[in-house]
Amino acid sequence: MTALAFQRSEKKILKPIEKLVYERPHSLDENHTHYCPGCTHGIAHRLIAEVLDELGLQEKAILVAPVGCAVLAYNYFDVDGAEAAHGRAPAMATGLKRVNPDSVVFTYQGDGDLASIGIAEVIHTAVRGENITVIFINNAIYGMTGGQMAPTTIPGQVTTSSPNGRDTAQTGYPMQIAELLSGLPGTAYSVRRSLHDTRHIIQAKKAIRTAFEAQLQELGFSIVELLSSCPTNWGMTPIKALDWARDNMIPQYPLGDYKVVDELKKKRRNR
Amino acid sequence: MAKGRIVIDVERCKGCELCRDACPQDVLMLSDKFNNKGYRPVFLLEHDNECTGCALCAIACPDACITVYRQVPQRRLHPAQTAV
Repeated sequence: MTALAFQRSEKKILKPIEKLVYERPHSLDENHTHYCPGCTHGIAHRLIAEVLDELGLQEKAILVAPVGCAVLAYNYFDVDGAEAAHGRAPAMATGLKRVNPDSVVFTYQGDGDLASIGIAEVIHTAVRGENITVIFINNAIYGMTGGQMAPTTIPGQVTTSSPNGRDTAQTGYPMQIAELLSGLPGTAYSVRRSLHDTRHIIQAKKAIRTAFEAQLQELGFSIVELLSSCPTNWGMTPIKALDWARDNMIPQYPLGDYKVVDELKKKRRNR
Repeated sequence: MAKGRIVIDVERCKGCELCRDACPQDVLMLSDKFNNKGYRPVFLLEHDNECTGCALCAIACPDACITVYRQVPQRRLHPAQTAV
């Protein structure tokens, strides 16, 4: 290349431009959350909001908030919302979906709400094959009431109501919700993901997206179980709590796809 | 390596340090000052300009208080320039 040509090409070199890589999703409200520092509820909220943004569902979505730490979830999502009685979010979502079949209805429930008091509602909603999406946050403890033993507490885990660790001879075994609901014919999508590091957070977002797509395709009931942390009630720093979730919760609650109907598998292959 | 920068919503930050744990470049630090909620918010160490704009901090942030920008070149550099 001649010196002149090089000078010309040099002139054309422009300054690098700044590209927006990541911003707060629009489906999240401006309110500050009341969650403890490092609580993965915030991550789950953000992932749902990102998926609603990507699928363009903000105007169509209806959130059914639970009772538990996420009781004020309707303050944090910029979508329509309703507050259900304790454990009854899937029942309320059933009604909302049946009268508004064009809307996208999802519930956001913790383990006390879904696995304990609301287990009948979620099972019968899945049995009926209601076309709703359930986001289930499993942190192995009752968060809002002060860290008591939940149905999902893992054997040997110390909580305020099991100070010597959960004794399976007395209180039974942890409840595996994703496996349980995968056995029902009305369920279209039942998976378990974790939120303990960035790789798993990205996988969790894909699962939430697929769950909403299952609802948009009217395939039936979809549930995403998210392994989550509770730094305050586990008595750990946020980072240690995520390590504890990785080391103790994942062996008890293996991650994976427990039921994916064929229509969703085809779509995934085409993508 | 790519260059980036992040903008942190200081009042929203709760100082949980999950972004610090996720950052591969180790350029995030907790501030010595407190925000209005009484937490020590995180800030970007800018003097070395080592942030690559990978957005892993934003993916790990539970309070969605991080906005990420990355510098993208508009034209490729001439080989004679990159060889220096």
